[in-house]
Amino acid sequence: MSHNPAIKGRAFGDRVLLGLVILLAIVMIAPVFFVVALSLKNNQELMVDPNSVFRLPYTLVNYINTVGTSSVFRWVLNSAIVAGGLTIFTLVLSSLAGYGFARLNFPGRDALFIIVLLGLAVPEQAVLVARHQIFSWIGLHNSYPGLILPGLSSAFGVFLMTQYFRAIPKELDEAAMLDNASRFRIFWKVLLPLTVPAQATLGIFTFLGAWNDYFWPLISATKKEMFTLTVGIASTQVNFAQSQGIGFLMAQAVFAGAPILIVYLFFQKYIVTAVSGAAVR
Amino acid sequence: MAEQLTLPQTATPAAGVRVPSADIYAPKWRNFIFVAPYLFFFTTLLVFPLFWGIWLSFHKADTFSTGKFVGFGNYIRLFNDKVFLQSIWNTFYFVGLTVPALALIGLFLALCLNRRTRSAAVLRTIFFSSSVLSVTIVTLIWRIVYIPNNGLLSIVYGWFGATAPSFISDPNLAMIGIAIATIWWCIGLPMMLFLSALQQIPQDIYEAAALDNANRWQTLRSITLPSIKRTFVLVIIIQIVLQFQLFGQPWLMTRGGPNNLTKPIVLYIYDTAFRRWDLGLGAAASEILFILILIAAMAQYLVTRRKGEL
Repeated sequence: MSHNPAIKGRAFGDRVLLGLVILLAIVMIAPVFFVVALSLKNNQELMVDPNSVFRLPYTLVNYINTVGTSSVFRWVLNSAIVAGGLTIFTLVLSSLAGYGFARLNFPGRDALFIIVLLGLAVPEQAVLVARHQIFSWIGLHNSYPGLILPGLSSAFGVFLMTQYFRAIPKELDEAAMLDNASRFRIFWKVLLPLTVPAQATLGIFTFLGAWNDYFWPLISATKKEMFTLTVGIASTQVNFAQSQGIGFLMAQAVFAGAPILIVYLFFQKYIVTAVSGAAVR
Repeated sequence: MAEQLTLPQTATPAAGVRVPSADIYAPKWRNFIFVAPYLFFFTTLLVFPLFWGIWLSFHKADTFSTGKFVGFGNYIRLFNDKVFLQSIWNTFYFVGLTVPALALIGLFLALCLNRRTRSAAVLRTIFFSSSVLSVTIVTLIWRIVYIPNNGLLSIVYGWFGATAPSFISDPNLAMIGIAIATIWWCIGLPMMLFLSALQQIPQDIYEAAALDNANRWQTLRSITLPSIKRTFVLVIIIQIVLQFQLFGQPWLMTRGGPNNLTKPIVLYIYDTAFRRWDLGLGAAASEILFILILIAAMAQYLVTRRKGEL
């Protein structure tokens, strides 16, 4: 069989394709390795010879300096509070609403659900200007609620949870009804535990989106101590061509980017499902 | 089964111990409580700002106050503003650069990596990994790649005694540089969408094709590609909607320069509304963007709906 020319040609074609894929993979990771290598270099040495990035000695001095500047920790904390808070509130609101839309009936339910679905088509930019003005009136800028609240209006979670609750057999609620359980008890004790996979998907998607969000924190958090990690890191990187410390800036970038990459490596399956599921919806 | 259980209950409604199942799904106002918390945020933070934004676009407004009604004045100003027209062109140019590349490279990777080997799994992990980074980190990485002298590109070109093209400052290359960084950032999603589409093609079709001695190209053209046609359209539309909202990359890499050549619509909105504080004009520009994205989103709706029929 292995002497069959068709199969031989196939093996050769496979190698060409594999080579091409590996080449693309190198393009994917080379910049990351370059940034990590820069972060491990002494700034003066980089100034003298850019090629020194590929040579020993490497040093941790930039990381020690990063840890020394307290702002980065504050920004990590802010991002964690905002992303964590938004995730918890989104899960609660979406689960309640998803249960309501999927299982209960009230006047105008179907019309309301369609209106919520239409909300999926509204891009953030269409409401940003008005939202910013409203938040100025109430004085919500530069505060955690100011950073968290806009995300709570997202229709995606409600859509996802409604779909999920609809897929659970109705006999479950009906049986619980016969036991005289209240609506909330059925929701809490019987149905909610069954939605854990959907909660994980929605939770990861929400957290990742909030952690990486840039536009709203940029216009809402204008005080340095209220910056999220994305805005904070961006603010230190302005004009880095003139900056003397490329190694230091790269250490900050690695410090900011590494945690999310590590989390990705551990929870890859869930993250991929969450992100692609959200795109198709 | 349900009949037997419910009948005795309906017979003794006065006892009030058990709820008749017929009533479970009857419309009741108090059921509204479950959706009320979300609807509160939905109304105040999405519906109201949406209409307030339209209202603002007809006014001369700053951060705190809404000034006088100017009718279509803001829209007329927009279409007389060369920078705005340039930003619309820039956005379309960027979408034209990135979306076909993302779809084709994504499809190529999915076709190559749709196998159960360990190396394919590792490569999939690599190609999706950039997607979890924030725009700040991505632009930082690519600025340090493009930067003259110290940048990775300069160093690699230097090995061959050549000078690297200046992707950030050359007017002809700046948008291409941003597009490359964006493709690097976003390639994971199209690849994964194509992969899950490929996995839904029944294996027995391929076995039948193998029995017919179909070569790889024939199999690809007459089985694989037709089966994922719908996903291809979907990927294109999702990416159009996504890439239309370009903002962070040019803002952090080029500040929209040189000569506004990399300034997309969202960056124009940001500049007008949040740096020059002309909220009315910014709101008008965001309505134009909204209409453009809505057209793409409607196309997505039509494509996804057809799934049930096919």
